[in-house]
Amino acid sequence: MNLKSPLGSALGQGSANSGTEHFWGQRLSAVALVPLTIWFAVALLGMPGLDYYTVSAWAAAPLHAILLSLLVIALVYHSALGTQVVAEDYIHTPGSRLVVLAFLRLAHIVLAAAGIFSVFLIATRAGA
Amino acid sequence: MSQISRPLSPHLQVYRWAVSNTLSILHRMTGVALSIGAIALVGWLLALAAGQASFLQLSELLSGFIGQLLLLGWSFAFFYHLCNGIRHLAWDIDRGFDKHFARKSGLVVVSLSVLLTAAFWVVALTGGAA
Repeated sequence: MNLKSPLGSALGQGSANSGTEHFWGQRLSAVALVPLTIWFAVALLGMPGLDYYTVSAWAAAPLHAILLSLLVIALVYHSALGTQVVAEDYIHTPGSRLVVLAFLRLAHIVLAAAGIFSVFLIATRAGA
Repeated sequence: MSQISRPLSPHLQVYRWAVSNTLSILHRMTGVALSIGAIALVGWLLALAAGQASFLQLSELLSGFIGQLLLLGWSFAFFYHLCNGIRHLAWDIDRGFDKHFARKSGLVVVSLSVLLTAAFWVVALTGGAA
């Protein structure tokens, strides 16, 4: 028998204002990724070559560096939310689920930091 | 401690395999593949930031047989996940959710992603669109 009051059992379970955060973040990043990824694919095809100097000069242009950073952010965020759902769906042991979820979250933070900082380095090194 | 074997509701095996669920699981699989692809993309940026030697090393790795195979897989995964993702976004705003239409749009998504992958590689291998 549950002796908790209805309020007591509802507290801390999230509210209608925060429960949609994951859903909304997934959709918003998906919409952002449509133009960003198409831009990146077209840019790759449009470059005369994929050698170090060509790609460096291209990535260092301010507009390209900003778009590349946005691509990394949207991609990593979308990937973090997506792989989280996959882990939640298929890992049923509470302990290993927690470990995998924590690993996924941290790995995505590392990925975002590495990607953005790389773009920053490329842009400031070859710039002007 | 909480692993009590209770009766389960009808599980996957009682359903007939159809276009809709095949494409749904393919969306997930390509999503996971693209998450690994994101590591490669960041690695590519890292190598570019690290300098000419490391970028050349990664470029050679990617132009090898396994590298090209991976890029082919990622490009298909990308085009499929993009097209099917747009299909999912349409569902989210309640468009195209009819059973027969959803089946057709699924087949369109598969054909389109194969076509886009092929077009991408034709342009890439014949030396630039510009």
